Amino acid sequence: MKLLTHNMLRSHVTGVTRGFPLIIRADEVKVNSVDFNREFVSRMIPKLEWEALVETAESLGHGSGLPRELLSGYENDEEFLKKVHHVLLEVEIIEGALKCPESGTEFPITRGIPNMLINEEES
Amino acid sequence: MKLKELESCLQQVDVFENPKLLLEQYPTRPHIAACMLYTIHNTFGDIEDKVVADLGCGCGVLSIGAAMLGAGLCLGFDLDEDALEIFRTNAEEFELKNIDLVQLDICSLPAHSLVKAVDTVIMNPPFGTKHNKGMDMTFLKAALQMARTSVYSLHKTSTREHIQKKAADWKVKMEVVAELRYDLPASYKFHKKKSVS
Ligand SMILES: C[S@@+](CC[C@H](N)C(=O)[O-])C[C@H]1O[C@@H](n2cnc3c(N)ncnc32)[C@H](O)[C@@H]1O
Repeated sequence: MKLLTHNMLRSHVTGVTRGFPLIIRADEVKVNSVDFNREFVSRMIPKLEWEALVETAESLGHGSGLPRELLSGYENDEEFLKKVHHVLLEVEIIEGALKCPESGTEFPITRGIPNMLINEEES
Repeated sequence: MKLKELESCLQQVDVFENPKLLLEQYPTRPHIAACMLYTIHNTFGDIEDKVVADLGCGCGVLSIGAAMLGAGLCLGFDLDEDALEIFRTNAEEFELKNIDLVQLDICSLPAHSLVKAVDTVIMNPPFGTKHNKGMDMTFLKAALQMARTSVYSLHKTSTREHIQKKAADWKVKMEVVAELRYDLPASYKFHKKKSVS
């Protein structure tokens, strides 16, 4: 699971109001190299939950020095865009879990795939 | 990339090992997948540099095609972990890095989840059988919740009127992009036999 995907996912537990961001427990993290696509990254930035992205990346030790607050004019800052690219697409959680910030329910991540199915018996 | 090239690449995508009938697991044929993606890419510009979601992605033929056409990220969603596992292996074999998978039940997608999270949705949804009528419409609704721009979906011609009505109810614009000659009942039977053996 990439951090861009994580930035979109919310808890699927019924009754939870926001359920975001899901807390990552990472047992195995892998860094892949992905081709840098400048257009894509700069177009994605305004659509992200920026703070959640930076906090999550930091919690994994991959903060890459990104600022907590988005500064204007980033479209022309190649170095910045490359860092965002790295955090969004190259850092991947292979094994671990996603924890609902409200209910504490855990969604396992196995071989890079988060399982968002709700196990009714557990809840 | 030429249409023919795309089609021949998609022929290399591995499909369901033991298709599960109840989940309506049959792959989109490479020819249809390639034509569909090619049109979405060339005519509508809805793939390149976009976040593309594939609902009921199965073994991933649609996502893999979209990734080859330059999607920024393809997100595959499926209920079935066996299918997702085959998809993962396919993505590895094609050395595609801009693909991510999530195990999820489209029928129980909460209303606040993944709202306008992606640009484009592409899908070949389950049509619904006598056990689960209206699956195609549930998928469509989820797709419209997730997409910022457009949803491309394969449906039976016999359900067109119904979908047109629903689209009007939901206040979305619907367009028939292509009519495909696609003998579904036959292909369905074939899988029935296959999964029994
Ligand atoms: C017709 S197949 C299409 C497979 C693939 N997209 C393709 O084009 O080759 C439908 C897929 O939907 C999945 N599916 C069925 N019910 C589902 C549900 N409730 N939530 C998510 N996926 C589901 C099945 O596992 C299957 O992979």
